[in-house]
Amino acid sequence: MMGTLSENRRAALLSVSMLVIGLLIWEAAIPAQQAAGELTEYELLTGGGAPKAGVPPPSEIFTKAWEELSNPFYDAGPNDKGIGIQIGYSIYRVLSGYFMAAAIAIPLGFLIGMSAVAYKAFNPFIQVLRPISPLAWMPLALFIIQDSELSAIFVIFICSIWPMLINTAFGVAGVRKDWINVARTHELGAMRTAFTVILPAAAPTIITGMRISIGIAWLVIVAAEMLVGGTGIGYYVWNEWNNLDLTSVIFSILMIGVVGMVLDSIFTLAQRAVAYAE
Amino acid sequence: MSFLSIERLTQQFPDGQGGMLTVFENASFGIEKGEFVCILGHSGCGKSTIMNILAGLAEPSSGVVKMDGFGVSGPSLDRGVVFQNYSLLPWLSALHNVTFGVKAREPGWSKAQVEEHSRKFLSMVGLEGDVVHRKPSQLSGGMRQRVSIARAFANQPKLLLLDEPFGALDALTRGTIQDELLKIWSGTEQTVFMITHDIDEAILLADRILLMTNGPFAKVAESVEITIPRPRNRTEIIEHPNYYAIRNHLVQFLGKRSKELAGQPSDGDNKPVTVRIDKTAPAEAEAEPEHAPKLRAVND
Repeated sequence: MMGTLSENRRAALLSVSMLVIGLLIWEAAIPAQQAAGELTEYELLTGGGAPKAGVPPPSEIFTKAWEELSNPFYDAGPNDKGIGIQIGYSIYRVLSGYFMAAAIAIPLGFLIGMSAVAYKAFNPFIQVLRPISPLAWMPLALFIIQDSELSAIFVIFICSIWPMLINTAFGVAGVRKDWINVARTHELGAMRTAFTVILPAAAPTIITGMRISIGIAWLVIVAAEMLVGGTGIGYYVWNEWNNLDLTSVIFSILMIGVVGMVLDSIFTLAQRAVAYAE
Repeated sequence: MSFLSIERLTQQFPDGQGGMLTVFENASFGIEKGEFVCILGHSGCGKSTIMNILAGLAEPSSGVVKMDGFGVSGPSLDRGVVFQNYSLLPWLSALHNVTFGVKAREPGWSKAQVEEHSRKFLSMVGLEGDVVHRKPSQLSGGMRQRVSIARAFANQPKLLLLDEPFGALDALTRGTIQDELLKIWSGTEQTVFMITHDIDEAILLADRILLMTNGPFAKVAESVEITIPRPRNRTEIIEHPNYYAIRNHLVQFLGKRSKELAGQPSDGDNKPVTVRIDKTAPAEAEAEPEHAPKLRAVND
């Protein structure tokens, strides 16, 4: 029977069985909380009946997820907001920092890619600034900007600028000479050459840079929000850890993964749209 | 004064050891309006460099190129180029590769006008119907070069430069596209300058063949007139009495004399010697009887 299924179906079947087996092992490995009635008097006196913190079984996480996802946008004060609101804040910060970075990185990358002098002039700065962990900027950002919200956005900006900048420069510099010559023999001006020849030719490389950047930005926002606090999915994880609510922690970890996947797949679609075969 | 005149063109490159390598020196020749000129020579003699200078994509070390009496500098829509590797933009369909050029040439035209003009030239090279919506990667090498030729002709440049346009194609496809090139060319007054390695191709297409000696210090040594009347057809021209005479002269030049004449620096104005081989004309017009064929091919 296996032979008649397509490769995709077989892979899906395998994925689902791995998931089910994994969850069953997890569920079985968590010892059930003993009911108070089964305890001896001595155990009750020593606090054995109080609920112990422990890694929750998957069933509890599903219940929690159902609860949270059926009402994702409630707002019951600063420490109790729905998961949708928290994720919304994080996405808002990621996208603001990210688009600011794109607005600078792509034009600058064009310049660097088109001019060997600009490339050599900018390269040392890029090489030094690029390997800095974005969170290392946080204290400086907090001091200068004096606003935790904007500081988080700045950290996203600074971490997403490099892949876009480098990939744009690389893509633009690598545009085939022949295509530039086609533009030259057709007397296209600098702007028309940039938009009708260089941009489409470099687009796959640029989009790859944008895809790497959004991935890094989503990784960094969680850590940044743990530091600045207030709102966002990173803050939510840390807050639930302080509440010792591991069910919520695991649930939010899963949500971080899902949102990251969605952001990435948007860029997969964009990549497909600009791809060309030579 | 010729329509296109190349005067004392010299190109030197650094040879990597501190000196200069002179590729060609004082090359001078002219091309008349409406003429189809081929240039033949071994690799390294600077044919492609001459083409790039004519296209405005490269600067000569010294010398001038004049078209219609004016000096040429930089690329221009008046000089269209068909590159050996087609140079189609791979993200555009065949049709849009042609409209790309037409839009640049005629910025004032409406979209429909641009498209109609482009389709007309695509159909001249045998590309019609759905095939024009394909991307270059979905076309065969021959079709890609057809698109490239259509793009160049659609712009109706004053001078069309063809840089070994059929070099990357197999022999059968090459034949078909040569016929198409002749067809599209004969309907226009297009002046064409073409680089080729293929002697038969040059005889079939050209009014005149320029012969280059080997580099360094290459020069345009001879200008051979193709005294075979048009319209020409690949199966008929080989029957023409001049065909083998011209062909033998070219083979002799490329095989032997291009080496003998090579390598001497000179400061004169190296105008090519005009060679006219015509076996149909009275005997005194005979230029080089020693190259005339005594025997035809074995199967004949």
